[in-house]
Amino acid sequence: MRTKTVTFRHKWLPYALIAPQIVITLIFFIWPASQALYQSVLRQDAFGLRTDFVGMANFVRLFADDNYINSFVTTISFSAMVAGFSMGIALIMAIMADRVIRRAMVYRTLLIWPYAVAPAVAGVLWWFLFNPTIGIAAYALDGLGYDWNHYRDGGDAMTLIVVASTWRQVSYNFLFFLAGLQAIPRSLTEAAAIDGAGPVKRFVTIQLPLLSPTVFFLIVVNVVYAFFETFGVVHATTSGGPGQATNILVYKVWRDAFEGLNLGSSAAQSVILMVLVIALTAIQFRYIERKVEY
Amino acid sequence: MSNIQINNVRKTYPGGIDAIRGITLDIADGEFCVLVGPSGCGKSTLLRMIAGLETITDGSVSIGDRVVNDLEPAERDIAMVFQNYALYPHMTVYGNMAYGLKNRGVPKDKIKVMVDEAAATLGLSEFLTRKPAQLSGGQRQRVAMGRAIVRQPQAFLFDEPLSNLDAKLRLKTRVEIRDLQQRLGTTSIYVTHDQMEAMTLADQLVVLNDGAVEQVGTPIDVYNRPASVFVAEFIGSPPMNLMPGEIDESGLVTPAGVVAAPAGVRHGAVTIGIRPEHLHPASDGPLRLKVRVVEHLGASANAHGTVPGHAVEMIASLTGADLPAKGETLGLTVAAENLHLFDPETGRRLH
Repeated sequence: MRTKTVTFRHKWLPYALIAPQIVITLIFFIWPASQALYQSVLRQDAFGLRTDFVGMANFVRLFADDNYINSFVTTISFSAMVAGFSMGIALIMAIMADRVIRRAMVYRTLLIWPYAVAPAVAGVLWWFLFNPTIGIAAYALDGLGYDWNHYRDGGDAMTLIVVASTWRQVSYNFLFFLAGLQAIPRSLTEAAAIDGAGPVKRFVTIQLPLLSPTVFFLIVVNVVYAFFETFGVVHATTSGGPGQATNILVYKVWRDAFEGLNLGSSAAQSVILMVLVIALTAIQFRYIERKVEY
Repeated sequence: MSNIQINNVRKTYPGGIDAIRGITLDIADGEFCVLVGPSGCGKSTLLRMIAGLETITDGSVSIGDRVVNDLEPAERDIAMVFQNYALYPHMTVYGNMAYGLKNRGVPKDKIKVMVDEAAATLGLSEFLTRKPAQLSGGQRQRVAMGRAIVRQPQAFLFDEPLSNLDAKLRLKTRVEIRDLQQRLGTTSIYVTHDQMEAMTLADQLVVLNDGAVEQVGTPIDVYNRPASVFVAEFIGSPPMNLMPGEIDESGLVTPAGVVAAPAGVRHGAVTIGIRPEHLHPASDGPLRLKVRVVEHLGASANAHGTVPGHAVEMIASLTGADLPAKGETLGLTVAAENLHLFDPETGRRLH
């Protein structure tokens, strides 16, 4: 009887406690997502005077559009580069930091700082550095005989957003790699050293396999980051240009909607991105749930 | 020939902490040498310096007439068994044992023969395809042993290999290790803080304290003639009784009574050591013990108590059925040859 009373008395409490989260999810995720789904099957004229139901036509048109396919390819190569470079650099740094014993905290803290910088700010920072007119990095490159101009050269523009996006993500990856490396008992590498494996071989045959769950997790996280969170970087530096050179999917969604005023197509692109991120998250969850098995 | 010579080895960590303060040891070919001491005495550090996992600040280590100071661990031709076994979790038992051979470029078919042979020796043949996570603690320990013996190194180094096992398995594995080492005849250095393990395994027992050697000898020598108060306290269970005393014309004056002094010891203040099993009940004995607790061990019993009128703790190991009751005062006697006398200043043995 008493238990029942207690349960009753607190019945509202769990709901009250999760209410803010529910409200946030509803307002900032469920509502926009449902709007995107709804909009993706509509077509609206540029003045917003008429709205027609067009079914899957927006999607069909997207996949017939060379610009969209190009953007897809751009995004994939951009993500691969960002994930590859940021993880590679982070791993090297983590290996070095793992060996440092004195003042390790100082180095680690300094290496983590860039993650505290917002993507847009990171973009602006690198934009200043590589600005063809006033940028110090562009000036230095000029001194080396390279004519840097990310306003004209698509390759330069891509390099710039890759560098800006990578720089920020290195910190995050570094943290995970360092934690992963430090979770490997030192005696394992020592045993391998006695077993005749040099530093490189030790890393490849002992540390890397034991780090593979971390690597997998970070691949997913980095791809998601490159796909979605780099909007700020692109917006602050290249605005998707020159031409379509750095017009990655998430930027194209925004540009088509708010500059091209093509709401239906933009919504359809959002839906496609939503499916992608759901798929990536599902893969990650499934892998983590299966538990890491060596 | 794979004797190991440790010549005045020192280890100073940055910041000036002396972990090893000049140790010289000579370990003969095929000998089982046990380094024993309390935690922090430097025994593991010394082992790791021999293995090449710690740098040597000063002095030299030679394995089989070869100075190995500047050699990589792999080039020293040693194998090490770690406290946590350090098995590669992502490899099978076979993979674990084959790893060292593979790295040395042994042909595949030869690796198979060698691993199979080592596995058979240790009774691991049926587990070769399993991963370490699928093995019990005792089996993992044996895989760690297997990884060591498969390479047929010049020396085995053991870093407290039994401390992760339960008491029963520890006993069994201890015997297995000794048996295996004797069969293979491989020079071994074994680090432990367990004096029982040290006593039972060692050909040569090295008692370390604070980065220096306290005593080197056969286990029975160390037990019968501890060189210092530290060794006397550390080796033996229950520990040796220690009490202040003085030698004068009447003999050895102890807090518990006056007994005959061993011959040839100077007069003056001493620290007296008496092993519990050397105290024998005798109603008219010169020593007195007021019993506080009696521990029954089956074959014997330990009577814990204090010397009446003094704060000196004493333990007597008694056999037989006639055991004292709590609160009783026991008369005890000890033979003069079983007394250990130490200098109270330096802690060194006086005779």
